[in-house]
Amino acid sequence: MSLIEEIDYGTPRSKSTTMVTLTIDGNQVTVPEGTSIMRAAMDAGHQIPKLCATDMVDAFGSCRLCLVEIEGRAGTPASCTTPVMNGLVVHTQTERLKKLRKGVMELYISDHPLDCLTCGANGDCELQDMAGAVGLRDVRYGYEGENHVYAKSHGCDNDHWMPKDESNPYFTYDPSKCIVCSRCVRACEEVQGTFALTISGRGFDSRVSPGMSESFLGSECVSCGACVQACPTATLTEKSVIEIGQPEHSVVTTCAYCGVGCAFKAEMRGEEVVRMVPYKDGKANRGHSCVKGRFAWGYTNHKERILKPMIRERIEDPWREVPWDEAFSFAAAKMRGIQKKYGRDAIGGITSSRCTNEETYLVQKLIRAGFGNNNVDTCARVCHSPTGYGLATTFGTSAGTQDFDSVEDTDVVVVIGANPASAHPVFASRLKKRLRQGAKLIVIDPRRTEMVESPHVKALHLPLMPGTNVAVMTALAHVIVTEGLVNEAFVRERCDWAEFEEWAAFVARPNNSPEATAILTGVNPKDLREAARTYATGGNGAIYYGLGVTEHSQGSTTVIAIANLAMATGNIGRPGVGVNPLRGQNNVQGSCDMGSFPHELPGYRHISGDAVRDQFEALWNVKLNPEPGLRIPNMFDAAVEGTFMGIYVQGEDILQSDPNTSHVVAALSAMECVIVHDLFLNETANYAHVFLPGSSFLEKDGTFTNAERRIQRVRKVMTPKNGLADWEVTIGLAKAMGFEMTYSHPSEIMDEIAALTPTFAGVSYARLDELGSVQWPCNEKAPEGTPVMHIDGFVRGKGKFVVTEYVATDERTGPRYPLLLTTGRILSQYNVGAQTRRTDNVVWHAEDRLEIHPHDAEQRGVRDGDWVRLKSRAGETTLRAEITDRVAPGVVYTTFHHPDTQANVITTDYSDWATNCPEYKVTAVEVSPSNGPSDWQKAYDAQARQSRRIIPAEAAE
Amino acid sequence: MSPDRLIYMANQIGKFFSSQGHDKAVPGIAEHIKKFWDPRMKRAIFAHLDAGGAGLEPNVREAITSLKQTTPLPVAP
Repeated sequence: MSLIEEIDYGTPRSKSTTMVTLTIDGNQVTVPEGTSIMRAAMDAGHQIPKLCATDMVDAFGSCRLCLVEIEGRAGTPASCTTPVMNGLVVHTQTERLKKLRKGVMELYISDHPLDCLTCGANGDCELQDMAGAVGLRDVRYGYEGENHVYAKSHGCDNDHWMPKDESNPYFTYDPSKCIVCSRCVRACEEVQGTFALTISGRGFDSRVSPGMSESFLGSECVSCGACVQACPTATLTEKSVIEIGQPEHSVVTTCAYCGVGCAFKAEMRGEEVVRMVPYKDGKANRGHSCVKGRFAWGYTNHKERILKPMIRERIEDPWREVPWDEAFSFAAAKMRGIQKKYGRDAIGGITSSRCTNEETYLVQKLIRAGFGNNNVDTCARVCHSPTGYGLATTFGTSAGTQDFDSVEDTDVVVVIGANPASAHPVFASRLKKRLRQGAKLIVIDPRRTEMVESPHVKALHLPLMPGTNVAVMTALAHVIVTEGLVNEAFVRERCDWAEFEEWAAFVARPNNSPEATAILTGVNPKDLREAARTYATGGNGAIYYGLGVTEHSQGSTTVIAIANLAMATGNIGRPGVGVNPLRGQNNVQGSCDMGSFPHELPGYRHISGDAVRDQFEALWNVKLNPEPGLRIPNMFDAAVEGTFMGIYVQGEDILQSDPNTSHVVAALSAMECVIVHDLFLNETANYAHVFLPGSSFLEKDGTFTNAERRIQRVRKVMTPKNGLADWEVTIGLAKAMGFEMTYSHPSEIMDEIAALTPTFAGVSYARLDELGSVQWPCNEKAPEGTPVMHIDGFVRGKGKFVVTEYVATDERTGPRYPLLLTTGRILSQYNVGAQTRRTDNVVWHAEDRLEIHPHDAEQRGVRDGDWVRLKSRAGETTLRAEITDRVAPGVVYTTFHHPDTQANVITTDYSDWATNCPEYKVTAVEVSPSNGPSDWQKAYDAQARQSRRIIPAEAAE
Repeated sequence: MSPDRLIYMANQIGKFFSSQGHDKAVPGIAEHIKKFWDPRMKRAIFAHLDAGGAGLEPNVREAITSLKQTTPLPVAP
């Protein structure tokens, strides 16, 4: 195994289909029109020396090292900024060029430290490489002149020298090593789209400046790492590289954070990760990353990770460390005992959207075949289950329709109830890039999110009241139908016309007009009409949505309404359009695909189907129960009732992430056996009897499926610290329960999945290794996968329009609870924070804050930073207030990353009518000044401390 | 399971389908409950129906009545 070296072509790939042929150093080269000479030379295997060029950003032509000579042309043009032309004859190495390049390098090195041996970039420095490439042997100017290198010069302070900026927890900025190539500035602009960096000053005074000469941490920098990756010297370097040294081998794997599914190279030294570098061939991220995937992997070896199995009789007891076998047999005896006492259906489990496809598949298999019931659900229940229902109903498949590349062909982007800049940052960067090229953006969100206004981005914002999504979607449809903007040809050809007519008549009713619904939604009718016209007539229209759509009592209705809009405007079935759910966790799509929902087997086939069940029964050699099982909220209700008494929870913190915490506490407390399988003693573990330590994504083989249905390999780069990969843990538990599952490698599990699931029929590890990744459906009809779905027609046959009547949620504001709370995420933290809170990301977000409008704050005597009490019908907590007009008057907002806040103490039991997906996004609350933690918080903290005590296993004599 | 919660859930399903008119709504509601509710939930709502079915919206009551007639549920295992 060695370090994977990716070729840097120097300038981006041209998308032109017109080919151009030229001669470079005597070789004929044919490349697409618009390609630079530098890239064409690299294609031919000739590397022209360069410093300021890299293929992640546009050519800049500042370093003057990549000069070439072209026959018949005067001078020595820069090859990065000179496009190819038919018939050119180019020379990349001549006496004149050699002299020029050596002269350029001599100047660079005359103002650069010569500490190569002790430099962090030693072994990975392009400046060093270029000095070698041009044969620099001497610097005639000496090092005594004006410079940026030394703190003191001739006994005096050197005004040009700047100290290192170590403010960012993950990388350092050492200005003395900067050659002002501006690659970092351009990466920040072109790749990330944040524009946090600039070059301040002119000529010799030029410096890379975060913001207005601020520190990196104090600037707008979002720590995505694009600048560090772009830097050709040691100016911007990962602290881990400085500390450990250069990696010696690397393995391509998939990020375990959000649903974008970025491909990374895990760069290793032995079994130690040196750094994670985004992989340019990753088709989801195309070489970009965010602060979480790039830097926040320190949790994988955090001191709080639990590495030994633990058991206890009662949750009041301290944990007892035991060998694996003892933990398995203890858990198995308890679970089987419960089934004997309360019936076969009294136990169940939850598969994790953070684990691999293979691991979730095994858990649902254990439950269906081993437990003998269908009480299996997944955390997608509480995020995207309405997507599954809504898109299956209308299009016939429970997944997004496009790949992420599709955004490059989009003209109008509608983002609904999602904040990709925080929750799906790499997609946000790709989207912003397209917006800077001229695409239009419409944002439908109660908050003025980072997407609404950012450098070179100005969205048409429809700030709706939480809970009124359906009214807004139907009003958009009203405009499209009544103003004659329907793509009738598309609808007639692809959809059920009678159903369309019924729907069109419904949305055209005057009570669905933007003017009539404005009183509910708070959206300016003029803006809404403009948004509808833009989406329907502005070219390729694509809808991207998130949990602000699904986590409502009408979540499924909104998804259906979105699908209706896309069908009515013909925005389905080609690149640049579509309906795209942005999935929260890394493997939400995968866990749903793998049959984690209680009513369906892998591949979204209902459990009541005899033919499907027969197939699984034959291979698994058991009789399956044809009745659907309990969904997560039903499990809690049944636990309180006393008919659901044991649960196996794989990699999910239900206590912190599910709504109405007191109800979850009551349910967990009522159960006789709670098995938690996780990296850490999470909040759920406070109520657990068995703890099975989990393995991190670095410690196992498998696959994740991202939001674009892309199946990508997760590759093991180190031995599981807990001794077993998660799939082996599930097999161990199953075996103790008398259900044998025999696999020697996760690839065999994928083979079984492929054999049983028509949409996965063509998927195997060999295929994934060959193609890099593949989007399902992948089978005989589509051996290389399916980037865009529903191209010639909908999966279900005819697209189905469904009437979407607005029904107000029963969670209403009133005199006691006059404000509406909505919840969301922040860039640096992820989900319940179990991973990111155990990294240096806490420097950006150490606590959950309550965003409140200045008007509401003033009325309540709340100042910025004050402790406030947040109270709903379900419960109360305290946290600090942040006064901002990002939220409208009447709306407050917080994140749910920290267990000491427990935002879900506040959220209620209301849920989506179709799927029971909880209504996280609307809770009526009151805010009042407070002196500190609520009684509930104090009691919770005391219980948690008590519950986390561990008696270590006695050392063997 | 607590009938109140199940009645609420059933009526919520009813509200979505009822905008499609009685003739589509009743089978729609029945199908939805059939597909997504676990047997103990179905048993509980059937029991509630037998006890008078208080609180169920008309379409929902009709749907559950028809579902009960066509769904042979095993007794609790």
